[in-house]
Amino acid sequence: MGKTLFDKIWEKHVVRQIDGGPAVLYIDKHFIHEVTSPQAFKGLEKRGLKVFRPQQVVATADHNVPTVQQHLPIKDELSRNQVQQLIDNCKHHDIELYGLGHPFQGIVHVIGPELGVTQPGMTIVCGDSHTSTHGAFGSIAFGIGTSEVEMVMATQCLMQSKPKLMRINVEGTLNKGVVSKDIVLYIIAQLSASGATGYFVEFAGSAIRGLSMEARMTICNMSIEMGARGGMIAPDDITFDYIKGRLFAPGVAQWERKLAAWKELYTDADAVFDREITIAAADIEPMITYGTNPGMGMGVSGHIPAEHEIEAKEKPSFLKSLDYMGLKPGTVIKGRKVDYVFIGSCTNSRIEDLRLVASFVKGRKKADGVEVWIVPGSKQVEKQAIAEGIDKIFEEAGFQLRQPGCSACLAMNEDKIPAGKYCISTSNRNFEGRQGPSARTLLASPLTAAVAAITGEVGDVREFL
Amino acid sequence: MSKAINIIKSTAVPVNIENIDTDQIIPARFLKATSRDGFGKNLFRDWRFQNDDEQQPKQDFVMNNPAYKGRILVGARNFGCGSSREHAAWAIKDAGFDVVVSSFFADIFRNNSLNNFLLPVQVSEAFLQQLFQAVEQDATAEIEVNLEEQTITLLATGARESFDINSYKKTCLLNGYDDIDYLLSMRNDIVAFETARP
Ligand code: SF4
Repeated sequence: MGKTLFDKIWEKHVVRQIDGGPAVLYIDKHFIHEVTSPQAFKGLEKRGLKVFRPQQVVATADHNVPTVQQHLPIKDELSRNQVQQLIDNCKHHDIELYGLGHPFQGIVHVIGPELGVTQPGMTIVCGDSHTSTHGAFGSIAFGIGTSEVEMVMATQCLMQSKPKLMRINVEGTLNKGVVSKDIVLYIIAQLSASGATGYFVEFAGSAIRGLSMEARMTICNMSIEMGARGGMIAPDDITFDYIKGRLFAPGVAQWERKLAAWKELYTDADAVFDREITIAAADIEPMITYGTNPGMGMGVSGHIPAEHEIEAKEKPSFLKSLDYMGLKPGTVIKGRKVDYVFIGSCTNSRIEDLRLVASFVKGRKKADGVEVWIVPGSKQVEKQAIAEGIDKIFEEAGFQLRQPGCSACLAMNEDKIPAGKYCISTSNRNFEGRQGPSARTLLASPLTAAVAAITGEVGDVREFL
Repeated sequence: MSKAINIIKSTAVPVNIENIDTDQIIPARFLKATSRDGFGKNLFRDWRFQNDDEQQPKQDFVMNNPAYKGRILVGARNFGCGSSREHAAWAIKDAGFDVVVSSFFADIFRNNSLNNFLLPVQVSEAFLQQLFQAVEQDATAEIEVNLEEQTITLLATGARESFDINSYKKTCLLNGYDDIDYLLSMRNDIVAFETARP
């Protein structure tokens, strides 16, 4: 029987298989940030240890950082303390830190790929669930908890049980106005927020192969939102072209050898998955969520399920969720007024996302009464946007282009959506309180968010194309 | 902080809500601490208090009902989804729980719990409903979880179910071992593995 892409990478990283237990898995790259690392460093120090392989660790400050006036000291004392501890810890343990003020600073899942650190065939972890993003390059990448961060710091290894494997094929051509965010929101709506729990997912099919690296990252990023341990896509020429020439990509001397190895990274034709699903790209519309988990999504012109369409046992949580959102079962969401538009997060803050928004917004102005925040994923994205004149387009439209960080994706810094307000967000989670206590989040693609910015309401991008 | 667990006999706190994500268990604004302690007071913070105000407890939330206490937390399906924050497991443990029962756990949460000697017990949906019913009717109803035997029993009725746990993790919990000790003991093998790679 053939092997899956996952199997091929996994097998190369098993240091030891414990009988009846997990495998000891070797980790190639470890990303860290300020929120989930301090307790791990403390644990390490309590054991009298130093980081075992500091050159395989990359650090940045992203979750907690302000997105305005980043050159000033952070106002919030706890945040400032957390960022300072990261600086001290990295210094003490000889870890490269792309902190505030560094030209490479940004959201951890944006900077890894753009620096060429993320490469096919690797095992990659980070104390952050959206580590699945890096799977877009054909790597095994997944989020871990702080105890596991400590394990990797101490030994460059993790104890992991092999997950079940699922393949999701998306075949055919995408409709006009449909982008990768819509694909993944559609898949999650089909599978539910827990439909892939216990699985590692490989995305395949002609519609996936046609996507850019940025678009593939958006899909793998959100695989965690259906419960999956991670998502991955077999590397191909689009992947190799993206990596080539980046700062930490293999140099000329090694390139051919690396490339030959990467080309072996695909699922064999006769490999078998524990579960396999095929989706027709033509069925996918621009999507929006209406509830408080990412599985509660629908086509933007559709209606929220009516009460009788919901199974009896799901009804209490369905109604609780709609109550939080201030929405009624069976109603349409299109045309609803929004208060905030947030374009950012590790799902959709790459240069391609900003270009897409700019292409729609150019020559238009934001609606009155809407506040629009654009938060680039990294300093490099910000720099590129300025070089391309995208900042001017946003400025003329009345948008605020802020500085890089996680920002209103989790509202750990000042960027909070006020209670009861509606925010169309390109981020990945619409949980209660995620964007601020009692804030109401509607997840959508950058295009659908751009429509809301211009019209002040939820709209169907297809009517503008 | 971590210590071995085996038999836990206790009353339970039922939180009968599906898809409890880690943002509910511990909201992001409380993740700014740099130690592992003290998260318990912010467990389910936004469900416990109106406008984030400790003077305004939400009366309908079970943790504000003094009748409910114990070392066992019972949650509905898909418990612990969302972010990888281990703070969620710390908050539950810090609030005095040693066991979380649900019919389905998110993967990262399950791992994080095990790494903190918080035992995730996955039961069938039917058994979970029995637990909810019993505990919601009678706050003094006791549950016994036996890790050695891998069983959970509703003592009032004797209803019992067995649960799965990977044998390696079971040994760790029963003996108070942690993964780091194991991995550290393997450092020579790890170095050998690194050297042998192409
Ligand atoms: S942008 Fe949001 S989802 Fe991504 S790493 Fe930051 S907080 Fe997590």
